[in-house]
Amino acid sequence: MIDSSKGLIEIRDLDYSRGHREIFKGLNISIERGKVTAIMGPSGTGKTTLLRLITRQLVPDNGTILVDGIDIAKLNQRDLYKLRRRFGMLFQNGALLTDINVFENVAFPLREHTRLPNRLIRHVVLTKLHAVGLRGAADMMPAELSGGMARRVALARAMVMDPDILIYDEPFVGLDPISMGVIVRLVRRMNDALGISSILVSHDVQEIATVSDCSYLISDGKVAASGSPDELSNTSSELVRQFMHGMADGPVAFHFAAPNYAEQLLGRDVE
Amino acid sequence: MLRETWYTLIDFVRTFGALQLFFLRLLINAPTIILRRSGLVIKQVYNAGALSLVIIMVCGLFVGGVLGLQGYSNLSKFNAEDSVGTFAAFSLLKELGPVITALLFAGRAGTALASEIGLMKATDQLSAMEMMAINPLRRVLVPRFLGGVISMPFLAAIFSVVGLFGAHIVAVNLLGVDPGAFWQQMQSTLDISDINEGIIKSFVFGVVASLLAVWEGYNAVPTAEGVSRATTRTVVITAIAVLIIDFMITASFI
Repeated sequence: MIDSSKGLIEIRDLDYSRGHREIFKGLNISIERGKVTAIMGPSGTGKTTLLRLITRQLVPDNGTILVDGIDIAKLNQRDLYKLRRRFGMLFQNGALLTDINVFENVAFPLREHTRLPNRLIRHVVLTKLHAVGLRGAADMMPAELSGGMARRVALARAMVMDPDILIYDEPFVGLDPISMGVIVRLVRRMNDALGISSILVSHDVQEIATVSDCSYLISDGKVAASGSPDELSNTSSELVRQFMHGMADGPVAFHFAAPNYAEQLLGRDVE
Repeated sequence: MLRETWYTLIDFVRTFGALQLFFLRLLINAPTIILRRSGLVIKQVYNAGALSLVIIMVCGLFVGGVLGLQGYSNLSKFNAEDSVGTFAAFSLLKELGPVITALLFAGRAGTALASEIGLMKATDQLSAMEMMAINPLRRVLVPRFLGGVISMPFLAAIFSVVGLFGAHIVAVNLLGVDPGAFWQQMQSTLDISDINEGIIKSFVFGVVASLLAVWEGYNAVPTAEGVSRATTRTVVITAIAVLIIDFMITASFI
């Protein structure tokens, strides 16, 4: 297990519920500086919710989240926005602004936060678009892009302000194998070359093994396992083995809690 | 039953309080946006105002035409058909201009605002802005609110002017009312306070309609059904609010 006593982002004893459903119960995670950290887990374990908690789009019921030693729950809006300028986030669906084109989407944070001349903005934006292979799509509107292309544009936008921490929510979904390979290498290269820290939420075990330095497997509201990809692959934990090898049988049930199948088909459950 | 009514009442009070706080936040941020990001406001004036012009003018023309017809047919019973211009001007400037414009605004621009903001929320665009350290309230909501507030008095004025033109066509050109009497009676009877009443109403309706549209969009449940419900609610609540406030302002002027 990874030592969760110090790191760039420290999550301590985190509890979070949505309605009556407990998502996290005493979650402890440490995201180390300069590393690519993967958050994995079966569907519905709250991986995206965790990212929203880390960026204070959501507020935990209990526990603390420290970013560089700062308790983000105690920040006022001005300080929170100051902190968020250090983050770049890639949303699951891209979240591109639909009324402006690809170029303007990537330029958006620059235009809002800086007074750079247009020539320089153009230079920066084209560089970032080139990195994700979409320089040629600069004039297209978001509605004209495929899901994978939209996510690549969103990635260019996430890194346009050169953030310290890049957060990726399911970055590999919907990408063709070529784009996937390029993006995986890009995530790794950006992390190492720019000295940033990356947090990556994904189901793609193979890609995570290639790109991440350490991974956390979340299940049932807690960290079920953590370690390097090799450590997780060679673990004896049944849950980790089931997840890493995609097995149908194991501690994690494929079926959501439901009444008896035969009884339900025969209509006896409603009697 | 009693408990449900109590909860509904509590819920209403809570929502109304939240709406007032939301309004305050819009107002507090408005001066900065007007001074520093006037381009955003101008774009929204175009979206809410300029794009509503056709519907406003067409409706104004026909409402004015109906006033010409009704005014003529009823006033002629008392040999007072020369007053049809005054009748149309009073109706348009004090009531129909501001009220119908507000209802049309809710149907055209209000629904567009609510659904646009609701969809931005549903597709994480507002969250993405938050994550880029850009306050969506300032970047998205305030310009749209201001766009509506600025547009409404102009739209109401255009509605009334086109309406008078419609009344003139029907009463003077089609029914033979003397054009001199049409304009002269209007000029001698109308007071500046009548025009002020219309301007105040259209301004207040602009605030109400724009506030409700951005509020409903911003608080929409981020699903297809949630956005559609928010859009419908925008029209219904704005219509009710406008008619109630119209009564209150009219009462205060009498």
